[in-house]
Amino acid sequence: MKSFEWVDAKSVEQAAALLAATSAREPVVAKAGGMDLLDLMKEGIVQPSRVVNLKSIRSLDDIQLDRSGMQLGALVTLARIERDAGLRSHYRALAEAAGHAATPQVRNAATIGGNLLQRPRCWYFRNEHFHQVAKADHSEHQHHAIFDNQQTVMVHASTLATPLLAYDASVHLTLGHGSSRTVLLKDFLLPPAMERDRDTLIADGEILTDVRVPAIQANTRCAYHKQTERDSYDWPICDVAVVLQMNGAVVANAKIVLGWVAPTPRRAVDAEEILVGREIDEQSAIEAAAAAVQAATPLAKNAYKVDVLRAVVKRTILAAR
Amino acid sequence: MSNTGSFEQRSLQAGIVGETMTPVTRKMPGTDPPAWPTNAELHVVGKDVPRMDALDKVTGRARYTFDVQLPGMLYARAINSTVPHARIKSIDTSLVERYPGVRAVHVLERLTMAAQLRDPGAEANEPYPVIRFTGQPIAAVAAISARAAEAAAQLIRIEYEPLPHVTELDQAMQTNAPAVFPGPTEQASSAGGGGAPRGLPQKGNLRGPSKSGSHGDIGRGFRDADVVVEGEYRTQVQTHTPLEAHGIVADWRDDELTLYASTQHVFSVREEAAEIFELPQEKIRVISDYTGGGFGAKYGVGNYGTLAIHLSRKAGAPVRLVLDRREEHVSVGNRPSSLQRLKIGAKRDGTLTAIELHSFGSGGVAAGAGVGSCHHNMYPCPNVSIEHYDVFTNAGPCAAFRGPGQTQGIFAFEQAIDAVAARLQMDPVALRNKIDTRDADDVRARAAERRIGAEKFGWSRRSAPGSDSGPIKRGMGMAQSMWPYIVNGYTTCEVRISGDGAVDAFCGTQDIGTGTRTVFAQVVAEELGLQPEAIDVHVGDTRFPPGPPSGGSRVTSSLTPAARNAAYAAARDIANRVAPLLSAKGEELVFRGGRIEKRDDPAVSLGFAEALRRAGVESLVHRADRRDDYEGYAHKAGDLHISPHAIGGVQFAEVSVDTETGVVKVERVLAVHDCGRPINPKLVESQILGGVIQGVSYALYEDRRLDAATGVQLNANIDQYKMVGSRETPQIEVHVIELLGRQSSTDARGVAEPANVATAAAIANAFFNATGKRIYTLPMTPANVLAALRSEQP
Repeated sequence: MKSFEWVDAKSVEQAAALLAATSAREPVVAKAGGMDLLDLMKEGIVQPSRVVNLKSIRSLDDIQLDRSGMQLGALVTLARIERDAGLRSHYRALAEAAGHAATPQVRNAATIGGNLLQRPRCWYFRNEHFHQVAKADHSEHQHHAIFDNQQTVMVHASTLATPLLAYDASVHLTLGHGSSRTVLLKDFLLPPAMERDRDTLIADGEILTDVRVPAIQANTRCAYHKQTERDSYDWPICDVAVVLQMNGAVVANAKIVLGWVAPTPRRAVDAEEILVGREIDEQSAIEAAAAAVQAATPLAKNAYKVDVLRAVVKRTILAAR
Repeated sequence: MSNTGSFEQRSLQAGIVGETMTPVTRKMPGTDPPAWPTNAELHVVGKDVPRMDALDKVTGRARYTFDVQLPGMLYARAINSTVPHARIKSIDTSLVERYPGVRAVHVLERLTMAAQLRDPGAEANEPYPVIRFTGQPIAAVAAISARAAEAAAQLIRIEYEPLPHVTELDQAMQTNAPAVFPGPTEQASSAGGGGAPRGLPQKGNLRGPSKSGSHGDIGRGFRDADVVVEGEYRTQVQTHTPLEAHGIVADWRDDELTLYASTQHVFSVREEAAEIFELPQEKIRVISDYTGGGFGAKYGVGNYGTLAIHLSRKAGAPVRLVLDRREEHVSVGNRPSSLQRLKIGAKRDGTLTAIELHSFGSGGVAAGAGVGSCHHNMYPCPNVSIEHYDVFTNAGPCAAFRGPGQTQGIFAFEQAIDAVAARLQMDPVALRNKIDTRDADDVRARAAERRIGAEKFGWSRRSAPGSDSGPIKRGMGMAQSMWPYIVNGYTTCEVRISGDGAVDAFCGTQDIGTGTRTVFAQVVAEELGLQPEAIDVHVGDTRFPPGPPSGGSRVTSSLTPAARNAAYAAARDIANRVAPLLSAKGEELVFRGGRIEKRDDPAVSLGFAEALRRAGVESLVHRADRRDDYEGYAHKAGDLHISPHAIGGVQFAEVSVDTETGVVKVERVLAVHDCGRPINPKLVESQILGGVIQGVSYALYEDRRLDAATGVQLNANIDQYKMVGSRETPQIEVHVIELLGRQSSTDARGVAEPANVATAAAIANAFFNATGKRIYTLPMTPANVLAALRSEQP
């Protein structure tokens, strides 16, 4: 790892100003929990000349929950999202996703802002060889995308994004000095790319200050499942979030989001349509799951993910019942 | 060490304690101590003595190689190949040398661990070793800080002339595949085993066949069979992944060399260093206080150690070189892959008539990717045909790995035996009862282990294959282990006793985390009537008497008889000196509870230290060698003395298979094992737990993945190289029998490798019982499991 300068930011404005000064020669990067950044720096994929520590900024770690919805400060840790009782009672799929991310140690340090901004876990992307020596052909793509995989086969790594998309979340970005914007998460996330230095719409000098989630309607049921090979600690084969707005026993509105199977988490619109107007039972769940994987275009080594995803969609729908 | 001196016949009770003990006669050296009774009648041996270095380890006081800090020490960084196959046209180190803080740079002249060309002429004009795998060490730099060394290493300029390469076994087997070597090769064995038979034919990347173990008429064997089962099994490359990576501190000064090494054999480090640097062995001292795991890959100085020594000599300062996790995965050893086509014929009653194996294995640039000896020496069978080929690929070299060959072989073989049982509608345990019939200790041990295991495991509750309804199916399976009982060709122990009662015990062998220090102390303490804490044990230093490598499951079997004999000689010496003080004869005195007392009149006694003081003892030194086993050996291969009696072991597994997601969980494992006399049951249990955990990890997760285009290992870390974690560790129950084979003065045998050999096969057989489908491919990832469940093949 190369030497770098460390700055404890005192305010969002100061951090934004420091980050705006980034250049190709002297990159300036932001650090929240530091979980992803440290990995990238150790591997030589990110070689900052200056690291701006956001953890020293107060007021970025509030959880505000009221009738209009929820606002999560960017520095709220995954461990708090997992445990916050109010959050869990309204947004269970998000709490579940946080509770199944990484390891307890990582969850204590990792933040929601960093989680959304993290780079792909693709083993080509994570190897400096494919940034400096050779181009990646992604021929070992067993963990990669089974949908929309013509441009890139890499998948976005955030598992919190999966339920957040199902909840129609957006992110709030600021450049400091009153200049800010709110972007829907579905627009914010970009298909990962080896050559870019980010996989989101965030601009140089912009700080992600909070994540905003609309209020949940009455009679909403939700579930989340992350399917891994191992229980202890593992990256997903796929993860699925289901948010159902019920009218009695019948589904009035459904949101089904599939993570780790496409470059960015993917809405399973066909599956949602099958559920609307029906009761949730084994049959409707099986039909919706089949619809969810219908557009899959698996690669030579990842067809198994289609089967796994179908099973997980079915099970997650039934779990939301 | 040859047996000298007079021999005598002694009558003893041999067998399995609590099962069957029968009288035997053994011819043994007259100087050997009387046979020990069962563990229940001993005071220290056979007891759960806590690991003597536990506190040092958990408090961080234990000094591992990475902790060695010498005055003026430099830090080394290796420079490794970024291409899979190439000639090196030129290397320019000038920028590296000029980097601030750099003290020495060295380019490797010769690569070890890899196979060597039979005719070195084919590459005689190469200025540098030809690159045959991505990550191959080329050079190293030593600097005043690790940071400077790393930065300087980036500045090397290497001009490669790329050559075509191949990384996958199936492609490498094709006749038109790029050749990893330009001609036939040889692979010498290391102290850890491995190596390949000499003089085999080689065409392209295919070296073989080796037909070792074949006998009888295979055609006739299949004609005689009532049923034939056939399968093609595949196992992956597993990397050793010890917690502590390979590391060495080299200190060359005044033409003497001191090496601090993370190693499984200090003497092999000395031997290889002496050979490479043309130094007399007495000029080299190798120290290994603690080694953080080995599993078979830590022998000799290797390429990285060689680089560190060169750097130390050039810089005139000590140099520390510790591998990073990527280097550890890529270039210092792995368990080779295998492709095994196995066909077995049997009579209706289970009797085996034919075993036919065509196997291929790739150990990358190293030969020696065999699949063990179980096919021809586990169960009697009149007709066995074996053809094995090593297949070279542009990948890091294999090395011995916990049950080398046998772990891959048993995965296929014990599944095939399970398949015979299924075809004959016989219980798999009953089939083994029928066919596991050689006249040897391991056979008798397994018979007891099957019976005990089946009862403890609840084997009778096992249902028919695939009988669970619903997507998650459970099943039970079992598999057997066999591993040679090995004694090292030389082992000497020394016991020194001071007049103040202090006892020091010395042997050069090392403790790689298995508890060698503790069993050494227990054996000496038992003989002297002391507690193990009273023995100051010294290991891991070539200045001490020669001791065995920590490999081949042979440390306890080799060390403890020598230790006991040295302590026994010391005790007799003391007894004779103390006897006049107690108005007794030396042979009337016994050592018990910290005292020396008259056997028939314990009231006549002296405390151990007091007796020494009053007898005027200043110091006593006694040495003893590990004498040959009383009944000798089946064969000797260098320092490996192999008994006709092997080590057994039977494991039972229960799994659940999620047939929709392909996720397999090992719910519980029962491991029933023998290791001769368990010197320390707690440590034996710990070894077996480790073997099972590593076996589950091999069965379900571990899989080195190479990128075909670049030869880069994509998962050379412990994030994406998946290993079993705490939540995937099954409930493991261990049961150890006490087998007194009466072949040495302690009856101890090994257990490290037997504990690992059968696990994957037991899990695979449980998979079959759960699903009615066989899993032919490791690891049992969702991709492989779902493919197996969809397969037409049963």
